[in-house]
Amino acid sequence: MGFLDGILGRSKPPEADLDVLFSVPQAVISMQLEGFTPTGSGSVCFRDVEGQADDVAMADAEKIIASSPGSTVTRSDDRFGFHWLTVTRADADVSGLVTDLHAVNSSLADTGFGTALLCSTVVFTTPAGTPFGLVYLYKRGTFYPFAPDGGERRDNALELQVRGVIASDVPVESDLTKWLAIWGAPGLG
Amino acid sequence: MARSRFRGDRGLTLRMGGVGFGLGALYVIFGVILTQTALGAFGIVIVLAIAWGQWYFSDSLALKSMNAKVVEPHQAPELHAMIDRLCALADMPKPRVAVAVTDLPNAFATGRTPNHSAVCVTTGIMQRLDADELEGVLAHELSHVANRDVTVMTVASSLGLLAGFITRYGMYFGGMFSGGRDRNNNNGGPAFIVVFLVSLLVYAVSFVLIRGLSRYRELSADRSGAYLTGRPSKLSSALVKISGDMARIPNKDLRDSQAMSAFFFAPAISRESIGALFSTHPPLQQRLDNLAKVSAELSEQG
Repeated sequence: MGFLDGILGRSKPPEADLDVLFSVPQAVISMQLEGFTPTGSGSVCFRDVEGQADDVAMADAEKIIASSPGSTVTRSDDRFGFHWLTVTRADADVSGLVTDLHAVNSSLADTGFGTALLCSTVVFTTPAGTPFGLVYLYKRGTFYPFAPDGGERRDNALELQVRGVIASDVPVESDLTKWLAIWGAPGLG
Repeated sequence: MARSRFRGDRGLTLRMGGVGFGLGALYVIFGVILTQTALGAFGIVIVLAIAWGQWYFSDSLALKSMNAKVVEPHQAPELHAMIDRLCALADMPKPRVAVAVTDLPNAFATGRTPNHSAVCVTTGIMQRLDADELEGVLAHELSHVANRDVTVMTVASSLGLLAGFITRYGMYFGGMFSGGRDRNNNNGGPAFIVVFLVSLLVYAVSFVLIRGLSRYRELSADRSGAYLTGRPSKLSSALVKISGDMARIPNKDLRDSQAMSAFFFAPAISRESIGALFSTHPPLQQRLDNLAKVSAELSEQG
């Protein structure tokens, strides 16, 4: 929110930056060179808003994904009041996945819920076989790695290593305190 | 073209702008009158120093006055996690988190900029509200931080502070600054009386304007908080729960929190005892109506 907005009391929450997602396929190639395998699934996390309008918007987004061949979509909710829409592509094609995620985001933004978008994830498997997520923060337009290590622990060393790998492909979040964990996210639990 | 669910409250913005302009005009006029006399210039320097000190140390001062202790994430994990999520949604830096041990249910936020701010909740409010309601209250407080309300209100009230200072202490300093050496000089006395009367008038007018500004900013923070969480009804129910409880708590607790009243979530002084014109918070019904409008905007389909 700008300085003038604050002074005059214009209350709008910040908008989501949707286009940066398209730089993900480049990062995926770099990660594949390090032995990471994309699972072909990714999710969009957005705030549950009062009333039915967001459920209607979610249902429309699901219909769009279901209509594109090779993609399936499932819906889940977490205990913090956020919805997750998980898209899975059978052929593990990351560009197609990113296009699908962008379609979901645009559909939500068009119905006025752009400000409810929190983050997006693209799920990988590490060389050791554990789950790994590349998390995108809409409000900051930056990415960060998330490597759950059993229970509620993170493999910070691996995350910092991946930061080095993808730094030239996508904008990585420079403030480490913003690398928030998403325990129990679809594909990363 | 993407649709926006955010309807600006034009009336609120205009009223806030109007009050701000009124205060600004009052500043200029009062400042011009004051600098005509040495007393006025002296007053300006002292009061600006005090106001600056209050503003600069606002977060530490506020926490100390409520005897609040800063909590680390491992001491209050759920509270910290809630604030983390809200700050991610609002794209703002995370304030210091503090807890005050008291049965009085309330929450406040303070700090000169979003990077030097603190949010405090009482143990009373954490016991009374469920997770969603507490989240609504925290979103309201974080909006105060994001809107830089401490800075705005300090700037606005330094004028009143200056006028009050002159009204209160002018008597003692007036003799020192006016008509000193020349026994035949009669200009000192009347000039001082003029400054004194003008200060009294300015103090009265600015008092009313500042209270009005405080009410509008509370409504604005309610709206921001509601849009942030997407759940205005939870914020409404939190307001109702807290306001009901406040009226039952004995007077001696309420008076202890008098100085902090302007930054509280719900007014710590009960509405019946102070006229609506002087209240720092809008009436409960107005806040609930405001939130109901936001709820309708968010639920619109088609």
